[in-house]
Amino acid sequence: MNDTMINEGSTATALRDNAGVAEALGRSYSAGFVTQIEMTGLPPGLDEGTIRALSAVKREPEWMTEWRLEAYRHWLTMPKPDWAKLNIDPIDYQAISYYAAPKKQPKSLDEVDPALLETYEKLGVPLHERAALAGVAVDAVFDSVSVGTTFRKQLADAGVLFCSMSEAIREYPELVQKYLGSVVPTGDNFFAALNSAVFSDGSFVFIPKGVRCPMELSTYFRINAQNTGQFERTLIVAEEGAHVSYLEGCTAPKRDENQLHAAVVELVALEGAQIKYSTVQNWYPGDENGVGGIYNFVTKRGDCRGDDSKISWTQVETGSAITWKYPSVVLRGDRSVGEFYSVALTHHFQQADTGTKMIHLGKFTKSKIVSKGISAGRSSNSYRGLVKMEKGAEGARNYTQCDSLLIGKQCGAHTFPYMEVKNPTAIVEHEATTSKISDEQMFYCRSRGIGEEDAVSMIVDGFCKQVFRELPMEFAVEAKKLLEVSLEGAVG
Amino acid sequence: MLKIENLHARVEGKEILKGLSLTVNAGEVHAIMGPNGAGKSTLGNVLSGREGYEVTAGTVTYNGIDLLALEPEARAAAGVFLAFQYPVEIPGVNNTYFLRAALNAQRKRRGEKELDSMQFLKLVREKLKVMQISDELLHRAVNEGFSGGEKKRNEIFQMAVLEPQLAILDETDSGLDIDALKQVAQGVNTLRSPDRAFLMITHYQRLLDYVVPDFVHVLAGGRIVESGDKSLALKLEQHGYAGIGESRPAGAVA
Repeated sequence: MNDTMINEGSTATALRDNAGVAEALGRSYSAGFVTQIEMTGLPPGLDEGTIRALSAVKREPEWMTEWRLEAYRHWLTMPKPDWAKLNIDPIDYQAISYYAAPKKQPKSLDEVDPALLETYEKLGVPLHERAALAGVAVDAVFDSVSVGTTFRKQLADAGVLFCSMSEAIREYPELVQKYLGSVVPTGDNFFAALNSAVFSDGSFVFIPKGVRCPMELSTYFRINAQNTGQFERTLIVAEEGAHVSYLEGCTAPKRDENQLHAAVVELVALEGAQIKYSTVQNWYPGDENGVGGIYNFVTKRGDCRGDDSKISWTQVETGSAITWKYPSVVLRGDRSVGEFYSVALTHHFQQADTGTKMIHLGKFTKSKIVSKGISAGRSSNSYRGLVKMEKGAEGARNYTQCDSLLIGKQCGAHTFPYMEVKNPTAIVEHEATTSKISDEQMFYCRSRGIGEEDAVSMIVDGFCKQVFRELPMEFAVEAKKLLEVSLEGAVG
Repeated sequence: MLKIENLHARVEGKEILKGLSLTVNAGEVHAIMGPNGAGKSTLGNVLSGREGYEVTAGTVTYNGIDLLALEPEARAAAGVFLAFQYPVEIPGVNNTYFLRAALNAQRKRRGEKELDSMQFLKLVREKLKVMQISDELLHRAVNEGFSGGEKKRNEIFQMAVLEPQLAILDETDSGLDIDALKQVAQGVNTLRSPDRAFLMITHYQRLLDYVVPDFVHVLAGGRIVESGDKSLALKLEQHGYAGIGESRPAGAVA
């Protein structure tokens, strides 16, 4: 036994506990850098002129412009939703710029600005195909536009369409017109209406009948410009018997102002189709005093339109100052399956109100909800979910499991489960737990040699295991690391 | 190895240890016996650094260093191990993963090279064999859904893998049937070595039938009131704790 070594060890511990906290917080959001690049865009402000200008910049057909304007006019009549358990400072929609894009618009990946390539490289998403993650095709969205999509050739060979939404509107107008807004109508809710009016880009995926997509598809959303909002629109259509797994990641620089992100994602699964949609959301959460951070208002909905189809949402939400998000599934087809697996972590002053809706219309439809909420600091974390069994939902089943974990004494966890059952043969099960990381668990870990922060990570990781299992391998590893980083400074 | 002098400790404002002194040398097995509420578990908790135990006087020197100044994880790395009276469940955390994280955290702190998964698996297999424990426990979450006996066996298994210098067993025998007790005892006997010391806290004499101690101490009223060899345990078995403490306290500071 080496006595000196032990003494050094304990000194190091003491140092880490005191001076180390500031350092830990400093490095806790590694995606917080700003890319210096020449930008073009629209000045702040929102009226019909803004929408026409946006549509013109994007060289959109007339029907698209009209679609946007209709949504905008509807939006003007809508009240802001205030039912969520969130404190939201008023948002000045006239102070936001609705379009920001790098000046140089590349024709292909080879022409992408090196500063952009470097940005994505730093974020761990290299766009050069030789360096790209094996088996994952990426669409990179930077502020308002897609700057590149990898592996397009290989995907096209399989019959899969994967491109930016702007491009899809120009290249595949009949598909876009058929499906856009068919799951989330323009007037669905306040933020969906706003998105329909001003969405700038996003990803479009079309998997034709009988095709299993040969690789994972993914979109990486990056907000860079100041005073802009990001309004992306994603549409994924899987025809009869098609399979696809899609992932999205998101980050933004550290800024003292709040920035708005209002996205809409629509999924359509026809007969026997399967769509698996995974999100790792790491928007800038604001600092430890609650200054800055992204307001994340997202409408995500999948439509199991065909019999025996399946839509599965998996989300790991660690970022954003405010998260308002309820990825849902409409179980229209008989025997269709909807799943929602969620880990939502809030720290410092973050607020999350998130959950899902499972709307059972078809016979023998099944849904499963597993929600894990982790609250630390002074944050507030709510699960809000609706399970609806309509008259025709003969023999439908739902299982909901909702667990909350509290770290520290100043955070809050809330659960708002709603159930509406109109068919007597339907079965709805709900289980909920709330627990704390106990002193006992901490001491057990520490007495075995595991330091405090590692012990918390380990306990949280165990708590989330059920959800992490649903993520594709590489992303499960990333999600785990993200939780560790997000929890830095949560103990002591 | 371990020298406790005049140790006073409080829990929630109440003084539990009132001048406890004890010396433990490498290779020795000490049994600490005593009635309920005497401070037996408090001693184990103070030595391993559990929060909520306030040391008001006295010293604990371990291999020449002040043990009480170290964080619990630093004590673990220095070779102190506490087998819990009530092992804690950590849902979703794989038992093997936990143990590897613990061993590597200790090794890192000691400036030793961490073990990779292959090396660790090899070590675990060896220990399983020696301890005669089925590997089924390894694939489950830490203590989750374990029976009382399985939890205690898991503690002993952790001890075997972590190879501490000073092992404190807090009522490891309580709640065990005779077969489980024998298995736990066999585990402890396997780990006895000239470089390792044991502090066995127990309420009953029966564990000592299987793990024969070098010393037996009676802890009552917050200090050691009598010390002897294993025959003291038998005497206690026959007469109970009633007559203890009337004779001159052993090791107590006058």
